[in-house]
Amino acid sequence: MVRIKIRKEIPKKRYVTLAILAFVCILLVWSIVSELGLVESIFLPTPRSVIRYTMRSIANGTLFANMGISVYRILAGFCLAVILGVPIGIIAGTFKPFEAVVRPISEFIRYMPVPAFVPLIMVWVGIGESAKITVIFIGTFFQMVLMVADDAMAVPDDLIHASYTLGTNNFTAVTKVLIPAMLPRLMETLRMMIGWAWTYLVSAELVAANSGLGYSILKAQRFIKTDAIFSGILIIGLLGLITDRIFAYINKKLFHWA
Amino acid sequence: MLGLRKRNRLPDRSSHIEANLANSKIYVNDVSKIYHSEKNDVLALQNITMNILDNEFVCIVGPSGCGKSTLLRMIGGLDEITSGHIIVQDMDVYGPGVDRGMVFQSYTLFPWMTVEENIRFGLKMKKMPQEEQKQVVQKYLEVTKLTPFANSYPKELSGGMKQRAAIARALANSPEVLLMDEPFSALDPQTKAEMQLLMREIWEVEKPTVIFVTHDIDEAVFLATKIYVLTQRPGTVKKEVPVYLPFKRELELKDTTDFLQIRKQVASLIY
Ligand SMILES: Nc1ncnc2c1ncn2[C@@H]1O[C@H](COP(=O)(O)OP(=O)(O)O)[C@@H](O)[C@H]1O
Ligand SMILES: [Mg+2]
Repeated sequence: MVRIKIRKEIPKKRYVTLAILAFVCILLVWSIVSELGLVESIFLPTPRSVIRYTMRSIANGTLFANMGISVYRILAGFCLAVILGVPIGIIAGTFKPFEAVVRPISEFIRYMPVPAFVPLIMVWVGIGESAKITVIFIGTFFQMVLMVADDAMAVPDDLIHASYTLGTNNFTAVTKVLIPAMLPRLMETLRMMIGWAWTYLVSAELVAANSGLGYSILKAQRFIKTDAIFSGILIIGLLGLITDRIFAYINKKLFHWA
Repeated sequence: MLGLRKRNRLPDRSSHIEANLANSKIYVNDVSKIYHSEKNDVLALQNITMNILDNEFVCIVGPSGCGKSTLLRMIGGLDEITSGHIIVQDMDVYGPGVDRGMVFQSYTLFPWMTVEENIRFGLKMKKMPQEEQKQVVQKYLEVTKLTPFANSYPKELSGGMKQRAAIARALANSPEVLLMDEPFSALDPQTKAEMQLLMREIWEVEKPTVIFVTHDIDEAVFLATKIYVLTQRPGTVKKEVPVYLPFKRELELKDTTDFLQIRKQVASLIY
C-alpha cells in the first residue's frame, strides 16, 4: 500500500508522470465525450477539430501574426508596469510615509474589474495600440506595487540593522542590502504578474482590435466557432505556461544562493 | 526630506569626557527605556548604569523579557534611548555606526554573498584599499577557522559556521566594541560549547571589548570577565559580578569548583 503523508516528498519522475497523467485524462474524457457526440460539437468541439483549426491557422500565417501582436502588447504593458511599479513598490515597502500614500489607493483600485475600465480607456487613450497596452498595464500595475511592497517588507530588519553596523547609510542599506535581499521574491512576483498579464489579454483586445489572440477568440465567438475559441484559449494558456517556465528557469539560475 | 537623512547619518557625537571615565570604553549612564504602543507603555529598562572597560568581556544575563536585547540594541544605536545616555569611547550614541559591530541571534549573513564577500562588505563600505581588504579578510577567515569555506554561500553552512562568519564580518571592521545578542542560543549543545571555546580564544588573542547577552548562565561564566545580572522587567542592574577565573579557559573549567561557585552565585541572583 502506498502511504500518503502530509508534505512527504515524492520522486521527481513520479511527480512528472502524475502531472502528464492528469493532462492525458482530461484529454481522454474530452475526446470520448466529443467524439461519441454526447455533447453537440457547437458546445464542445472534438480535439481533432481543434488541432485541425490550429494547423490551418499556422499554415495561413494568422496564428503567428496574432501571437506576435499579443506578445508585443503583453510585454509592453508588463514592462511599463515593472518600470513604474517596482520602484514605487520598493519605496512603499521601505518608507512608511510612502506606504501610507501608495498602499490604500492601490488596494482600492486593484479590486476594480479591469474590463470595466475598457470603455474609459477608449475615451482616454483612443483605440490604438496604446489602449491595449494600457489595459494590461492597469491590470498588473496596482497589484504589482502591493506585492513588491510586501517583498521589500519581507526582508528581515536584522539584515538591515546588521548592515548599519557595517557602515551603510539609509541609501546604501537600500541599494546594497534591501534590494539584493528581496530580488528572489521580486522575481517570483514578476513571474506571477506576467501570468496575470496573459489573463488580461482578452480584455485588452476587447478594445477595437483587429488582431491578436484575444481578438481571434472574440471573433470566433461571434460566429460560434467553438473549435477556434478552444484553439485560442489553449494557445494563450500554453504561452502563459511557457513564459512562466522561462521565468522560473531564470530565477533558479540567478538565485542559486537563495 | 521626510527626516530620512538625519536619522541614519553616522552617529553625530558631542565630545564628552569625564575624568572618572578615563579608562571607560562604554558608559551606560542611568538609562531607561519605555516602549510606547497604542494600548499601553511598557517600561522595559529602568536606571541602568554600567561601566565597561577597554578589553573587557562583559556578559549580561537576566530572565527572558527583562530587556537584555533592548539594552544591547540601544548601545548599538538601533533603538532609541528614552532617558539617560550611553557613551562609547567618550562620545554619545545617537545611531548605529561602524564602531559598534553586532552579531545577532538570527542569521544575518547576506545570503547572496559568499563568506568571503560577507566579511569584505564592511571593508568595501569604508573604501579600504583592495590589498588591505584581502589581508584583513584572510586574517579573520583564519581566526574563525572558515578559510576552507571562504567561497561557500551562507545556505551551505551549518548554524555554527554562519555565526562564526558573522563574528568574522563584525571583527574585520575593527569595531571599538563587539555587541552579541544570544548568538549561540539557536545552536545544538555540542556546537554551542565549541563556539564558546572559539569565542574565548578569539578574545584572548584579539582582545576586543565584548558585550555578550545570554540567558545561559554557564555560557556567561565561561566567557566573561564580568557579568551584569539584570532583574525581571523592568530590567535594572541587580548585581555586577566579577569573574575571577583563569585567563586561559578550556571546557574542563566548567567542572571546577571555582566555576561552579560563580555559577551558583549568578543563578541565585536570577532565580
Ligand atoms: N518593539 C517593542 N515594542 C513594545 N515592547 C517591546 C518591544 N521590544 C521589546 N519589548 C518589550 O520589552 C521587554 C524587553 O524585551 P527584550 O529586550 O527583547 O528582552 P530580552 O532580550 O531580555 O528577552 C519585553 O517585555 C518586551 O515585550
Ligand atoms: Mg533577547
